[in-house]
Amino acid sequence: MKVTRRDLLTGAAGVVALGTRDLARAQSPSPPAAAAADPSKVRGKPASALGQRAPSEKPQRLARGTSSQTPHQDLVGTITPSDLHFERHHGGVPAVDPKTYALLVHGMVDRPMMFTLAELKRFASVTRVSFLECSGNFNRNAPPETTPQQLAGLTSTSEWTGVPVATIFREVGVRPQATWFLAEGTDAAMLTRSIPVEKAMDDAMIAYAQNGEAIRPEQGYPARLLLPGWEGNASVKWLRRLELSDRPFMTREETSKYTDPLANDTARMFSFVMDARSLITSPSYPQTVTRGWIEISGIAWTGYGRIQRVDVSTDGGRTWTAARLQEPVLSKAHTRFRHLWNWDGSEAVIMSRAVDETGYVQPTRSVLAKERGPGAANYHSNPITAWVIRADGTVVYKPEPWA
Amino acid sequence: MSAVTAARAATCVSVVAFAGTLLATTAVAHAQPPTMPDRFGIGRPATPAEIAAWDIDVRPDGVGLPPGSATQADGAPIFAARCAACHGKTGTEGPNDRLVGRLPNDAFPFGREASVPHTIGNYWPYATTVFDYIRRAMPPDAPGSLKDTEVYALTAYLLYLNELVPADAVIDAGSLPKVKMPARDRFVVSPRGGPNPKLVPKP
Repeated sequence: MKVTRRDLLTGAAGVVALGTRDLARAQSPSPPAAAAADPSKVRGKPASALGQRAPSEKPQRLARGTSSQTPHQDLVGTITPSDLHFERHHGGVPAVDPKTYALLVHGMVDRPMMFTLAELKRFASVTRVSFLECSGNFNRNAPPETTPQQLAGLTSTSEWTGVPVATIFREVGVRPQATWFLAEGTDAAMLTRSIPVEKAMDDAMIAYAQNGEAIRPEQGYPARLLLPGWEGNASVKWLRRLELSDRPFMTREETSKYTDPLANDTARMFSFVMDARSLITSPSYPQTVTRGWIEISGIAWTGYGRIQRVDVSTDGGRTWTAARLQEPVLSKAHTRFRHLWNWDGSEAVIMSRAVDETGYVQPTRSVLAKERGPGAANYHSNPITAWVIRADGTVVYKPEPWA
Repeated sequence: MSAVTAARAATCVSVVAFAGTLLATTAVAHAQPPTMPDRFGIGRPATPAEIAAWDIDVRPDGVGLPPGSATQADGAPIFAARCAACHGKTGTEGPNDRLVGRLPNDAFPFGREASVPHTIGNYWPYATTVFDYIRRAMPPDAPGSLKDTEVYALTAYLLYLNELVPADAVIDAGSLPKVKMPARDRFVVSPRGGPNPKLVPKP
């Protein structure tokens, strides 16, 4: 729609005061530099081909070369906007041509086959909401000035669409003796992980869409493996090959990297599932709060299915109250919890504790440290974390010793 | 009953009768959704050449290792030219991952001590992984550019620096899977969130 000078002049007295330069700006298709004093008295901008955030909203990932973190302190629901979904890659984000993309499925199958992207999209598809989380999503040495993004920004939730891996495995005729498959990416690291066929037959997906549109390059465009609830590294992005086998391949990622050394001088391998965790995202650093009613809000998730309960404490863990869970509570997806708290203005420590449908309770840091040992890697660290509300209303993260 | 009400009542009767007909019709038309076929007939057969071009993985039993062989002497100059800038002259100086180093009595204190670096010699459970990873991902400025014999040479050199093979060892598809890594038996399948332990064969 074209905005005419007449439209503007007939608006109201306030608008009549617009100078020629202001009028030119109002007629241009770009958004106004600043909000109008009374937006009801200025005709708004016309429709556009591609939407944008409001100019004053500037959520940003925190990017550090091979990873970037989701700004949980800026988000209030359960779905992570696609451009804020966390990243973790081992050879950069590859540029994959969707026209020449192909997926090879071979090994212990009756019919080794190649599938183009268009062919993958022709199979019966499924859509599900699922979180992804890097198993290294924790900073053990975080200082008080730490945001939820810095503490646990390597998890995000999207709605994913694709074809079940089980459908592809039926198409190629996976042989009964095949118990594992290798998933390989076409990035510069050609990242590979061994996955039990059981997971494929349960809920694994080859996803080509994220939040209703094509997957973003950072999330594996044009197609990725999605293993709901499992450590993100195993959901291989830019997927180019699946090889069926009767044993794991013992790749670099699953032996020298994504393994969990324990205090008893062994190391766990194939610790796929992400345990239940919760995180208060508001109030959190660097927010400031005022005395009175405060809605404590956060996210909880578990790779084992649904979050059953989230307890919130406002007295440093002495007493706990069940928070309200936002319905629908989806399996293997971020769940929003909320708890109303009337703050009296004295210093307080707030924390949350997730319980999942298996009855597993999110552990304290000391329980984890005792099991893993003081030298343990960050992988699969899901301790209860706390924020200190100081009497002046400032909020800081509460560091705790690991051991 | 007024005339208007009577007319409305008659209309209602006919609507009910019509609805009944409609229900019967839709019940027939929407009886059963089609079931998922065993196969969709989508995709095309992969040729042996296509598979061979992409099938680069190497398993601990040696399946996937290509022809070729090399010794640590072949690997030393390649390491100096292609690897030392990131991993140090002797594989210990960094700045990137430290590759070389053993611990007294092949201890495995990683859960207890955060400061002990994980190296090929003290942490990696399978020698075949060294070949597989170098071939697919190294060096980062030109991944996949090394010839198979160069990958054998680098593998031999790193195993030698870690005192896992003697100086004259010839590394090839036959010998590499036989190299016993000190940390191999330290790894246990996760009891929580891991696969059925029966799925992981004992080496």
